[in-house]
Amino acid sequence: MTQEPLIYARDLVKKFGDFTAVNGIDLEVAPGEAFGFLGPNGAGKSSTMRMIGCVSTPTSGELRILGMDPVRDGSRIRGRLGVCPQLDNLDPDLTVFENLTTYARYFGIPRSEGRRRAAELLEFVQLTEKADGKVEPLSGGMKRRLTIARAMVNEPDLVLLDEPTTGLDPQARHLLWERLFRLKQAGTTLVLTTHYMDEAEQLCDRLVVMDGGKIVAEGSPRHLIDTYSTKEVVELRFGSDTPASYVDKLEGIGDRLDPLPDRLLLYSADGEGAVSEVHRRGYTPSSVLVRRSTLEDVFLILTGRTLVD
Amino acid sequence: MAGTLAILERHLTIYKRNWYASVFSSFILPVLFVISIGIGVGSYVGTVDGWEYLSYIVPGVLASGAFQTAIGESTFPVLGDFKWSRAYHAMRATPLRIKDMIFGWQLYIQIRVFIASVIFLVVSAIFGAVHSPWVVVTPLICALVALATAAPVSAFSAGLENDSYFALLFRFIVIPSTLFAGVFFPVTQLPLLVRPLAYASPLWHAVELCRAAMLGTPPPWPVAVHVGYLIVLAVGGLYWADRAYSKRLKD
Repeated sequence: MTQEPLIYARDLVKKFGDFTAVNGIDLEVAPGEAFGFLGPNGAGKSSTMRMIGCVSTPTSGELRILGMDPVRDGSRIRGRLGVCPQLDNLDPDLTVFENLTTYARYFGIPRSEGRRRAAELLEFVQLTEKADGKVEPLSGGMKRRLTIARAMVNEPDLVLLDEPTTGLDPQARHLLWERLFRLKQAGTTLVLTTHYMDEAEQLCDRLVVMDGGKIVAEGSPRHLIDTYSTKEVVELRFGSDTPASYVDKLEGIGDRLDPLPDRLLLYSADGEGAVSEVHRRGYTPSSVLVRRSTLEDVFLILTGRTLVD
Repeated sequence: MAGTLAILERHLTIYKRNWYASVFSSFILPVLFVISIGIGVGSYVGTVDGWEYLSYIVPGVLASGAFQTAIGESTFPVLGDFKWSRAYHAMRATPLRIKDMIFGWQLYIQIRVFIASVIFLVVSAIFGAVHSPWVVVTPLICALVALATAAPVSAFSAGLENDSYFALLFRFIVIPSTLFAGVFFPVTQLPLLVRPLAYASPLWHAVELCRAAMLGTPPPWPVAVHVGYLIVLAVGGLYWADRAYSKRLKD
């Protein structure tokens, strides 16, 4: 394996007519990394993923995937990628097993080898007993696991996952994360998009925060929290009073105050100390929660908006 | 080529699960046609162009079977694989090229048409409707009309967002073609003004070629013109399909 990055982008732009979906981003993803795009809907994550997956042509800028040019070598690059799209596109007319063996044929994998890998991958995603069943009766989580198994059938150098757990229940999400974590430990390079903070924190070694087609921050989850947020965050609620009306009154406590419609966020290295100061000033919030900073806070600080609305 | 065959394999994997239904219908439907129209109606008609009615319509029913299979397989299944199952989007994420997707599906249609044509020819021979050794070229004519029809119709389907246009396609193209493109009576019976519509239909050319081959008579126009027209439709259709599939799958 060369030390060349698997993904290299400079000033990458994607426009649809007048609309700029991706507005000049720079990226580098190294082999073995688990890399995430974090951002709200419409931030440009999926458009970026589609360019990396060589199914969408960049409007301008430089993009190299696995050291190749996606426009000229699209077919060759796609042969070494595994793609788990946002919308399931499993083949409803084929069985679970045939979905994998048929897909293997698309990569020119011999039939016997395709069957061997299909059996192995169904084992990995815990769907062996569904092998001969149709796809339609499977739950959302099972379908997503099957899609991930399908993405692995060509033993890809790079796996692209576009919002892998959107729409799944918590149990299905955790099972999926656990499987993805195993892939990551086995050295598979993962690139995923998500608008879930916990997903990014669980899976990504490094991530970029995207907003409005641009990258607004980059680093490991820990690094982003340390850089942009404080160690702790205090969530204060004041019954029926609007949180914004307390901003002046609590001015000076902690590093920063962020009024949300339902609560006031108070950023401070010392949460308990900040709460004492609130009480000392004579205010009694109806509820107080001191917690560690998360990527959600980073996003709010960087963009002024919450992620999932 | 390998990619085209991989896609053909997908279609055949699905087909092998319900092949008996389609083979049965491609066997039983022509038999019913031959009996009801060829023999039943034929006994009132007497002869057309000097042939008993059964022998006159059998080549036309053969060609129209290929035409209808081609239309049927390039409407809902194509739209469905773009819109509902998104099978083409799944293929797009692999090394497969758009040409593989188009050729793979056309090859599948060719296999379907070939099976149906051979079955129908066997039935026709049993009913004594084969009069010339040139009958051996009829599967080729069926293959050509199937491509000349399925390629442009696939392209049309690839550009659609919903299936409401198919009703128009069936009502204004498929059914009129089947009724007025020389299958059941010579197009010279049609008023001069509407005859060009029959000539424009790929089906008429295939009907006349099949009839010439099965009866051992020359077709109304030179063979090269009939064949050439179908080739132009086929090549133009494939080109259009490439444009339509690309538009749908690339951005």
